[in-house]
Amino acid sequence: MLSNFIDQFWPSTIDGLSLGAIYALVALGYTMVYGVLRLINFAHSEIFMIGTFAVVGALEVLGISSPLGTLPLIGLMLLLAVVAGAASGGAAVLLELVAYRPLRKKGASRLAALISAIGASLFLQQFFALVVIPVLFDRPKEGGRLPVQSNDFADPVAIRSLFGLDISDMGLRSDKIIIFVGAILMMVALDQFVSRTRLGRGIRSTSQDPETAVLMGVNIDRVVTVTFALGGAMAGVAAALYMMRFEETQYMVGFLLGIKAFTAAVLGGIGNLRGALVGGLTLGLLEMYGSSIFGAEWRDVVAFTILVLVLMFRPTGILGESLQRARA
Amino acid sequence: MTGAKASEGGRVSGVRNLRAMPDRVRDGWAGASNPVRWSVYLALIVFAVILPADFIGNFMSPESDWSTLLFFPIGGYILLALGLNVVVGQAGLLDLGYVAFFAIGGYTMAILGKNLGWNFWEILVVGVVIAAISGVILGAPTLRLRGDYLAIVTLGFGEIIRITARNTDAIGGPNGISGIPHPPSLSEWTIPDVQPFTFLGLGDLTPFTYGALDMRPYYYLMLAAIVVAIVFVNRLNNSRVGRAWMAVREDEDAAELMGVPTFKFKLAAFAIGASIGGVAGVVYGSQATSIIPANFPFIVSAILLAAVVLGGSGNMPGVMLGAFLVAWLPERFRELQDYRVLFFGFALVLMMALRPEGLLPSRRRKAELAEGTGGMGSMGAEVATPTADPHDVKPEVAK
Repeated sequence: MLSNFIDQFWPSTIDGLSLGAIYALVALGYTMVYGVLRLINFAHSEIFMIGTFAVVGALEVLGISSPLGTLPLIGLMLLLAVVAGAASGGAAVLLELVAYRPLRKKGASRLAALISAIGASLFLQQFFALVVIPVLFDRPKEGGRLPVQSNDFADPVAIRSLFGLDISDMGLRSDKIIIFVGAILMMVALDQFVSRTRLGRGIRSTSQDPETAVLMGVNIDRVVTVTFALGGAMAGVAAALYMMRFEETQYMVGFLLGIKAFTAAVLGGIGNLRGALVGGLTLGLLEMYGSSIFGAEWRDVVAFTILVLVLMFRPTGILGESLQRARA
Repeated sequence: MTGAKASEGGRVSGVRNLRAMPDRVRDGWAGASNPVRWSVYLALIVFAVILPADFIGNFMSPESDWSTLLFFPIGGYILLALGLNVVVGQAGLLDLGYVAFFAIGGYTMAILGKNLGWNFWEILVVGVVIAAISGVILGAPTLRLRGDYLAIVTLGFGEIIRITARNTDAIGGPNGISGIPHPPSLSEWTIPDVQPFTFLGLGDLTPFTYGALDMRPYYYLMLAAIVVAIVFVNRLNNSRVGRAWMAVREDEDAAELMGVPTFKFKLAAFAIGASIGGVAGVVYGSQATSIIPANFPFIVSAILLAAVVLGGSGNMPGVMLGAFLVAWLPERFRELQDYRVLFFGFALVLMMALRPEGLLPSRRRKAELAEGTGGMGSMGAEVATPTADPHDVKPEVAK
């Protein structure tokens, strides 16, 4: 058990960081929406799922069917990130309009909003399994629940030496580096947007004190829309990175990943953008170390146990919530 | 002008009358005398006993065996929804991992019955205790959390239980446990095949013999469990415990300040909800003869929550109606089977937008929701109170 952990330390670290970067990107959506609306956007996992299908579709349209080398791959990834980001961001805005806005206007309870979110999540999953996938990929209706392979577009290069050191058993690969770097770049960009622009200031002020924000002339509806669009776009980028690594998706792809990303958001301190990064990477690492110790089949149990432990002992997360309000 | 107004007023009052129907029934019920109440109870039980009859089954379920459906999913879902209602409806604790207690009951039945050779009645008692203990084990560390955090933790717990069962070879791993014994027969007594029993489909029935062919004895077993659960929960609701749950649901801080030991009562709600789930699991396991981890996915928790919310969270007749609809509709309309979850999702969103209190709401719950908090506080970015809406305020600020 423990010897396994020591043997596998570097490969699990690298896997954990690249996986954690994806968790962190998805966690941003949870954290931003929670910051503004105090709502667990349960359907955010489906926003991610929509992003993965946008990637499959885009590859089909672009006619890319053979793996690309590293440089063209980076260019393609930029394009895919834009496409998937737009699809997911648009879907998130639509989701808010249909499932949450009517409730907000009525001043409904958070319980009602959470149940509406669960409903939207189930609906989107089944809608893809029963309608979108069979139509889009020309499958019989029963085939909608089977995994969908994307065209093979990434040809990861194993990096065997760095500065003259032999690192061939560390499992470092070009795709993992792209995922990690891409996710960090997106997060820096988002952080800058939220802390420097006018709209970002609107988001921050709304999450701190909605009443005062309204009185100061912040358009709350626009803030909410932008929040969903940004969170969705981040999930879309995460989906593009995910597809580069796994090249396979299905209608339930977001479910586990979404819960883990939410765990990451809580772990880092929900409502806190930098906390999402810290939480995502921590969760990714712990999960990989955990599965090297206990075996891969216990990976999800490790993640859920971390969730329970964090909420028990430090519900405000590693970096603390940036929300000032008590959790009610 | 006035005519239009009058007709509009008439229409509104018509709608009000229709809406007030459940209230009037409830008022009548509250004022009813004991003999009236007991005769209604008796009529309901007689109705439930003759429910498996063919002439009802032919209409309710022309394609599949009606008594099988009545046992599970219909009976099972009703029992589970009653248990979940204690947690969600009465105490206001959102539990998204309720299926875990169902699984614990099922596995208790399987392990003790098959490996240790215990009989069903002994296991039923032990299963209730084990499920209640697991409710306390889950609740004790997590019930300090509120609202949506609790929902996610319970969801995580449900998944931990299922994945652990799948990964543990000692209890069969992904293949589960098969060869679970049926309950021992209580008596071989047979209902004579004479009128009126023949007409009611009860002729030649051995209601206390649990075999592999006739599902009706199992249905009666489930029915007995449901009746016991209803009586038990109803007594609790009308006691100090029920009032404490209500106080916790409405405003936990205020309840705590008023001297209600909120943590203790929340834990009690969890344990009682869990033990009802455990009973459902034991009864289900005794009939199913085999149990696999895939029987207990998250979607069952979500469907049960849908049943509670659709029916009217906190109101037992409403919850039972919700569970019945959720279990029966997809079986009756087989062509809908695939679309069942799609429909639930849609119904949940629609319901929350149009009628968040459910089909048959409890009156209290309705009042709470009308106030706009419903026990969990309102959403952020929501300055709206019924009188001051930010979208009304804004233009004035702009001017």
